[in-house]
Amino acid sequence: MTLQEIQALLQCEVLTQGDDLQLDVSQVVASDGMSEILAFAKSKELMITGLTNIQSIRTADIAGVSAVIYCRGKLPDKKVIEFARQKHIPVLATRMGMFDICGVLYNKGLKGVS
Amino acid sequence: MSTELLRESFRIQGRNFDKAGEVSSEIKVMLRDLCIDAANTRRTVIIAYEGEMNVVMYAQRGTLTLTLTDEDINLQIEDEGPGIPDINLALQEGYSTATDEMRELGFGFGMGLPNMKKNSDEFRIESNVGRGTRVFARIKLDSRPCS
Repeated sequence: MTLQEIQALLQCEVLTQGDDLQLDVSQVVASDGMSEILAFAKSKELMITGLTNIQSIRTADIAGVSAVIYCRGKLPDKKVIEFARQKHIPVLATRMGMFDICGVLYNKGLKGVS
Repeated sequence: MSTELLRESFRIQGRNFDKAGEVSSEIKVMLRDLCIDAANTRRTVIIAYEGEMNVVMYAQRGTLTLTLTDEDINLQIEDEGPGIPDINLALQEGYSTATDEMRELGFGFGMGLPNMKKNSDEFRIESNVGRGTRVFARIKLDSRPCS
């Protein structure tokens, strides 16, 4: 499923305009705990988190995830968005909660990592 | 006998959450330039990042030293912090002494040290309570670096 399809499905705002939303995603890692992301992400996953500080993007970069979606309507500050741009990580945001996002994406065939 | 190709030390400033992770990002770029494969780069950088976060969260200051040989990558993370009274307990997944402030930053859920150990081929912690902690991690390489 492409990031663009996910954007429409979750009614996301794209915070890093200009990024490639044709990126294909098949696996998802979801947590507010950055060590959990680091422990389970294998690379190229979509990361769902409610943590919007600079460490969320730092973790995404270190873990090698391909894109980040912030949940529960939380928005990062400009510094965080700029950092994501530098790291070429597309960042989106939705008002949906983590549980609902995971349910919707699971129903569409996306899988978690363990 | 392995041949040392590179040794570099990085300072880590305690309590500086804005800069936390910069050393690990720098190491990621260095290893890519040295032709280290993606899997071993990833393991190394996860260890470095978790170690860096531990120093930032718990210590006044610390140093991360990266040594690259033709056979392995060695990380030594040394800090001036409170030390770890029970290392075996600290290595148990889920055990944490983190404050709410640390958890709000997305860390301190008792996964850091276990993550570091899991990504290492050899892993060792030495600690003196009240003085500091030293962590060693070794990552064996599958192929020779390019310089």
